[in-house]
Amino acid sequence: MPTGLFHSTYKDDEKIFQAIWLKCWMGGLLLFLFVGLPFIAPALSGIFGFSVQHMANMIGIYIIGAHGLNLLTGFTGQISLGHGAFMGVGAYTSAILFMKAGWPFWLSLPAAGLVTAGVGMIFGVPSLRLRGLYLAIATMAAQFIIGYAMRNWTSLTGGSGGLNVDRPSFLGFALDTDLHYYYLILVLAIVSTVFLKNLLRTRTGRAMVAVRDRYLSAEIMGVNLFKYRLLAFGISSFYVGVAGGLFAHYNLVVSDEHFTMWLSIQYLAMVIIGGLGHVLGGIFGTIFMVLLPEVLRIPTQILSNIYPNIFAIFGTLRELVFGLVIILFLIFEPDGLAARWHTIRAYWKLWPFSY
Amino acid sequence: MSPGFLYFSQLVVTGLVIGSVYSLVALGFVLIYKATSVINFAQGEFVLMGAYICLWVVVDMQIPFVWAFFITMAFSVVLGLLVERFMLRPLIGEPIITVIMVTIGLATVLKSIVTLFWGTQIKVFPQIFSQEPLRFQGIVVSEVYLWTFGFALLFMAVFAAFFKYSRAGIAMRATADDQQVAQSMGISVKRIFAISWCLAAVVSAVGGILIGNINGINITLADFGLKVFPAVILGGLDSIVGAIIGGLAIGILENLMGGYLDIYFGGGVKEVAPFVVLVVILMIKPYGLFGTVEIERV
Repeated sequence: MPTGLFHSTYKDDEKIFQAIWLKCWMGGLLLFLFVGLPFIAPALSGIFGFSVQHMANMIGIYIIGAHGLNLLTGFTGQISLGHGAFMGVGAYTSAILFMKAGWPFWLSLPAAGLVTAGVGMIFGVPSLRLRGLYLAIATMAAQFIIGYAMRNWTSLTGGSGGLNVDRPSFLGFALDTDLHYYYLILVLAIVSTVFLKNLLRTRTGRAMVAVRDRYLSAEIMGVNLFKYRLLAFGISSFYVGVAGGLFAHYNLVVSDEHFTMWLSIQYLAMVIIGGLGHVLGGIFGTIFMVLLPEVLRIPTQILSNIYPNIFAIFGTLRELVFGLVIILFLIFEPDGLAARWHTIRAYWKLWPFSY
Repeated sequence: MSPGFLYFSQLVVTGLVIGSVYSLVALGFVLIYKATSVINFAQGEFVLMGAYICLWVVVDMQIPFVWAFFITMAFSVVLGLLVERFMLRPLIGEPIITVIMVTIGLATVLKSIVTLFWGTQIKVFPQIFSQEPLRFQGIVVSEVYLWTFGFALLFMAVFAAFFKYSRAGIAMRATADDQQVAQSMGISVKRIFAISWCLAAVVSAVGGILIGNINGINITLADFGLKVFPAVILGGLDSIVGAIIGGLAIGILENLMGGYLDIYFGGGVKEVAPFVVLVVILMIKPYGLFGTVEIERV
């Protein structure tokens, strides 16, 4: 009997689930997500004091966006400070097509992704000639320009008041409660994860990783730099656009205040804390970042006995903690939670015979 | 002068003054980039910190403005040193994304510290320079604008001289050119990094104080710091002359575009115009007017 995973064929090595128990674990996780979580969510909400179902929905939406940014930043090595605004483009597109043009939801959501992909690629063009740091600046400019358009293109976006959006129905099934919407988000989050994981096993995905690792060598190997950088930008923006569309119909109102620079920074924080260049990273990072404010409420509640006005500055405190968390993670755990997860798993795999 | 031309000149003059402050802050940015190859997204927060510290010393501690100015400088030096020592030095050799992200984290932290201490209300400096408008041929310029412009120019001149003639300045240029060679010539690269961050914090603080005297300060002053990006991209990321010219140009440009286009776009063009310019420059002339063109061929 083998004492570890030893692949004797390439086909074995390329499998996503390399061992049978991984499939079991994955099946268990899916069962929990589809049946268990909705079932225990109300009870958990009572214990924690916030709506677990709502949190799960937000995590799902942001996971899709974080996967997008991770593909761009983690796998292709292009930093983007504009994903908050790109998410806004998706949200507004879906909202406008659905509410004003009367498109059905199953068309407006992919359209949101496509429009965002187009917008993202326009701002990604400088990446043709420039290295990562210029791109950071170009996408930051995108953030400001798109933000301005959202505020001032009143005839289309409703200005600073924003747009009201209705909950859609899908195939005659009304997505009117958090729970119904949860299933839509869950399916899309799973599809996006599987697509990302598989993309990385294809020629395209490997080319992107090659561009990240050493773009000159990649070009020598015959990888068309411009094509793959732009493609990464397109797919990444598509992801975040779909996330934006989902957000619009879930939140019921879109305004420019949802999609500021701060959101872009949060997205970056998600993928960095989760682990750049790990598919799991986007998931871990998102869960961490979405739950962090809720966890922060507990010490805030305790402190409020001593400092009664602490709730007034809660938003600021949250930003302070976010900033500190980002800095500390970068200095002390630069590979993120996903790397830590791999270490833990490797340890337990051979436990108790670690040598 | 015809009214149309008068309007134009008025916009240009005002833009020139604001642009001179952009130049100053951009100078700090280019300093850091040249010496350490770090893109500093917290430049705007350095501006913010400087302005608030000075305000605090003047208003709450009742110290005369001149002394407050020097206290703020001292504070900025300490801030720059701390940031360099505890955030950037552990990251030497890490990928550029990590370094960019840590400055973004720093920006968030500094901004929330300012909000915690001073709130978000707009605060005004006590009148130091008179607001009495001066007129040249019909163009109105208040005295505080002239002082600001003068100070900005003075500081730029001081820094130019520093780079050209002082020992530390020459060492900095050497480090920017080639770190390894500089090190083998006995220059402490670590010290140069520390000095760069200090100087950047100092010029930013000066910029913050000058702008604070014109408009009053609140938390949006940090966005002012982000306008250095169009300035340095226009001038070229690693060019000191470029930073100065880029800053002035962006100041004038945003004022002109604001002045003429606001009626068509419903206001606020000033805030976004520099970034449109930025994207256009990146597309047609990515290394700016004076930046070093990097040629990579396979």
